Amino acid sequence: MTRKNSITQARTHVTRNEDLIFERSSPGKSGVDLPALDVPAADPKEWLGEEFYREDVDGFPEVSETEVIRHFTRLSTWNYGIDTGLYPLGSCTMKYNPRINEVVARLDGLATDHPYAPESLVQGCLRVLAETARCLKEITGMDAISLQPAAGAQGELTGLLLIRACLDDRDRRRKYILIPDSAHGTNPASVTMAGYEVRNLKSNAQGCVDLVELDHAMTEDVAGLMLTNPNTLGIFETQIREICEIVHAKGGLVYMDGANMNALVGVARPGEFGVDVMHLNLHKTFSTPHGGGGPGSGPVAVKQLLEPYLPTPMVEESPEGAYRLNYDRPKSIGRVRAFCGNFGMAVRALAYILAYGPEGLRQATEDAVLNANYIIHQLQDAYELPYQAPIMHEGVFSDRKQAARGVRTGDIAKRLIDYGFHPYTTAFPLIVPGAMMIEPTESAGRAEMDAFIDAMRAIAVEVEEEPDLVRKAPHTTRVTRLDEATAARKPILCWKPSGEAAEGKAKS
Amino acid sequence: MYPQEFLYTKEHEWVRVDGTTATIGITDHAQKELGDIVFIELPKVGTHVTAKESFGTVESVKAVSDVYSPVNGPVSAVNTKLVNHPEMLNTDPHGDAWLIQVEPIDRRETEDLMTAEEYEAYLEAGASH
Amino acid sequence: MRYLPNSASDRERMLETIGRKSVAGLFEQIPEVLRLNGRLNLPGPLSEPEILQFFRDAAAESSRDYVSLLGAGAYSHYRPVTIDMLLSRGEFFTAYTPYQAEIAQGTLQAMFEFQTLMAELTGMEVANSSLYDGSTATNEAALMAMRLTRRERVVLARTLHPEYREVVRTYGHNLQTEIVEAPYETSGQIDLAELERLLDEKTAAVVVQSPNFFGVLEKIPAIAELVHRSGALLIVAVTEPLSLGLVKPPSEADIVAGEAQSFGIPVAFGGPYAGFLATREKFVRQMPGRLVGQAADTEGRRGFVLTLVTREQYIRREKATSNICTSQSLCALAATIYLCLLGKHGLRALAEQNLSKARYAAEKIGAVAGASIPFAAPHFNEFVAKSPGDAEELLAALREQKIIGGLNLERFYPELENHLLICVTEMASKEALDRMAEVYGTQAAGMQTRPARKGAPAAVASRD
Repeated sequence: MTRKNSITQARTHVTRNEDLIFERSSPGKSGVDLPALDVPAADPKEWLGEEFYREDVDGFPEVSETEVIRHFTRLSTWNYGIDTGLYPLGSCTMKYNPRINEVVARLDGLATDHPYAPESLVQGCLRVLAETARCLKEITGMDAISLQPAAGAQGELTGLLLIRACLDDRDRRRKYILIPDSAHGTNPASVTMAGYEVRNLKSNAQGCVDLVELDHAMTEDVAGLMLTNPNTLGIFETQIREICEIVHAKGGLVYMDGANMNALVGVARPGEFGVDVMHLNLHKTFSTPHGGGGPGSGPVAVKQLLEPYLPTPMVEESPEGAYRLNYDRPKSIGRVRAFCGNFGMAVRALAYILAYGPEGLRQATEDAVLNANYIIHQLQDAYELPYQAPIMHEGVFSDRKQAARGVRTGDIAKRLIDYGFHPYTTAFPLIVPGAMMIEPTESAGRAEMDAFIDAMRAIAVEVEEEPDLVRKAPHTTRVTRLDEATAARKPILCWKPSGEAAEGKAKS
Repeated sequence: MYPQEFLYTKEHEWVRVDGTTATIGITDHAQKELGDIVFIELPKVGTHVTAKESFGTVESVKAVSDVYSPVNGPVSAVNTKLVNHPEMLNTDPHGDAWLIQVEPIDRRETEDLMTAEEYEAYLEAGASH
Repeated sequence: MRYLPNSASDRERMLETIGRKSVAGLFEQIPEVLRLNGRLNLPGPLSEPEILQFFRDAAAESSRDYVSLLGAGAYSHYRPVTIDMLLSRGEFFTAYTPYQAEIAQGTLQAMFEFQTLMAELTGMEVANSSLYDGSTATNEAALMAMRLTRRERVVLARTLHPEYREVVRTYGHNLQTEIVEAPYETSGQIDLAELERLLDEKTAAVVVQSPNFFGVLEKIPAIAELVHRSGALLIVAVTEPLSLGLVKPPSEADIVAGEAQSFGIPVAFGGPYAGFLATREKFVRQMPGRLVGQAADTEGRRGFVLTLVTREQYIRREKATSNICTSQSLCALAATIYLCLLGKHGLRALAEQNLSKARYAAEKIGAVAGASIPFAAPHFNEFVAKSPGDAEELLAALREQKIIGGLNLERFYPELENHLLICVTEMASKEALDRMAEVYGTQAAGMQTRPARKGAPAAVASRD
């Protein structure tokens, strides 16, 4: 007996091509059932009046809880995360995000306290902030810290505002901030927002700050130097003390971008280098999740000189052991964000520090540096290493050899996806043509690194033998390379019931 | 490949001078370096442009490049068609995809610019961009 | 250590492979004087149960057993368990910014949905994929308006969240921004006559909040008309976006910026939250923050990419529209899931519950002799109440009933002595609200037998 079947052609399951949630909507459904209202219902039209009453929220989806779960679960399967495998994205420090951190950050009390609740009722939250601050001061060797900045870039800006407030108290002559040409783009953008102008500093042949150049550039109208250490090539600025002395001698201050602190925790403390202010990225060094692009957290640590200028409020401990928020800081630069910063990230960072303890943190740093050296050492013959100085937690190759075959760093990165790895960072830092920046972190195991090294070597061979295979990669993903040029020329930034967005659907 | 009747700058702009009118564009080399052009920002007619200073930007997907004026003078025409179809800059950089016209200009100001042969030699020598 | 995948013998073999004798050798590039001697003075290592205990102890010293009537930019709403179940998928929370679009379609599509939802809700044409929080989003909107108008003066309504105003001041301080504040009138809304007087040809933007810091709705169309007449842009800040389920969107604004915390993001002592910024299509190139756009792949299939990236710091460096380098992707994802769960009808029903509860509480308080609801303009789930007697005493009495009774407004508005900002969401039960009203009644009764603390006779302080 044959059964009548309407399916005449085999198709991939819908999971390969999940619609937008709006396209799954049909009238009359909802994913929540509210409890019955226990007070008399107010008539919104009457209370708000014609002037304010909204008839309808157009375009909102109508879907059940089941559909919401399926929708977002399917979407998640198209992502690659640290949990999926090696994620050697240079300068981003993609380390394991411990699960216990997620659990404790969601505890009732920590996840529910209100920032304006009376201080006597939020001692637990204040203690977490105070203890996180104490640990971070110990790790950096700095004197004071604010956990308010919401991310690294805001930390940078905050640090620059502190420098500016301090120097403006002395004199108002200074207009420039020096930035090495290897710096991340955020640095100059932050400088502009602080009302300073950028002066670029050329790196020397070893990829480090050139002391002669610095001495020349560090004039009386320069407010300071912003540098990353280890720098974006993964190289430690061995002359950091001398660098700080040159800047200080001319009345400037030194800002250290702490993006690469994962190379230093437990091994060396910026507070002893001579730097005046720095930020940390809790989402890099201290394992708080990157979340697909935030939330981050960018605490700013300072030497005593800059302490009076830190943002309000500051958490303080009374002699009786009670914690309070001090808003009375007359020299403060003000607030950079409402409330007390990304508190939930402080919880996670503290859980990370507690889990490792002092020796464990040092071990993690040693592993991060050993792992980077292990990978870089074994790829040197396949890819060009433009700077030969010893590296710490990351290394940067150039695609020069492969570019001769018409294959660029971005192509090799895409091909890595076919081998099951997240790509390294492409095209940064700018001082390396066709940069390939690799940072395995301490979370990479030896076997997985061996597989990564094999993949990178295999790709180098493919570039010689079958360059098109690499140029057109990836070949195994849900979508192939996307037409970014058309997307930028005629941006479609929202779904519309009909029109451009609907056309896209027809093709998929 | 580079038109003989144009003059060229080190920043990869070209200029064609007819009487006191200068037509300005970017070179084929420049568009190739940038890749797919997605957006062009140009000054309004009447704006005064200054030699060696930026008068607009050309954007590709992942890069932004300033465009520098080879001459001084008021902008007399802007290629509005190009603004709506930036991809023209990839297909016809020396023709329909001109950027602006400046009029009147002082012809003597263009004397330092490169000829087509000089520009090609400059590219050959590995011009920085 | 449980997080580290390499064993001592792995490390030995790796050192052998790279031809090094010891790990210490890898750190020799750091001058010896700069290397740390000894160990850091830190607690730990702690096992998992010990960590759990540490934070449980901290969580116990909290207000979790209290009914909170605090709002003021951070709102307690019920969070369906589905949100954390989905956020906890490692593919979402352990992923980086979706630069490699082919293996980040999950994040990208979800952000495209977030942008669509926020544009729809705010009545704008486009929205970005989130900023740090409401305060910084509002500030970014002001900076954006200055770029668009090439003007350098900003008028802030005094009814804009005080901490948002502080953030705008911090950022504006070194950029020569002139910042002035527009007062409110007796209705609790911005004083339109004063606003008109403050506008001039140098004004880039006016920032108002609606519902404003007092919970009162602002007359956006009238404000927009005044603002636009002077050539400035109108920025509307929204701290309680749930209101938009019932309240007309500020479509007359040029930029709507605000806080999405109400949408499934925990109060968490102030963060992390998710700011949003929505605007008109013609302003898109001056927008800060990440934008996700639709694109087709080589086979013509629909996909999503980060787009218009040339606005951003990693390309434009010092000329970027902002130094912002990230969004609040995971928080925005929470908001997206939350809004999808609620949907069109759930959003409305929930907003109606909030309005009903706030009305109920306001009426209860208003009925107490000596208490009053001073601002007459319509509100959503927040309102101002004048206490029958001393506000701090009232708050203390409420705390004894396990109620955090609201925010004493005198902290930010010295003229509003004994005024409380009260927020009533679906989380406050009728029973708790009745209990609250009783405490007001008790204080009022006490006032009749003794004069108010600051000398005003009880008759003057009472409701007219």
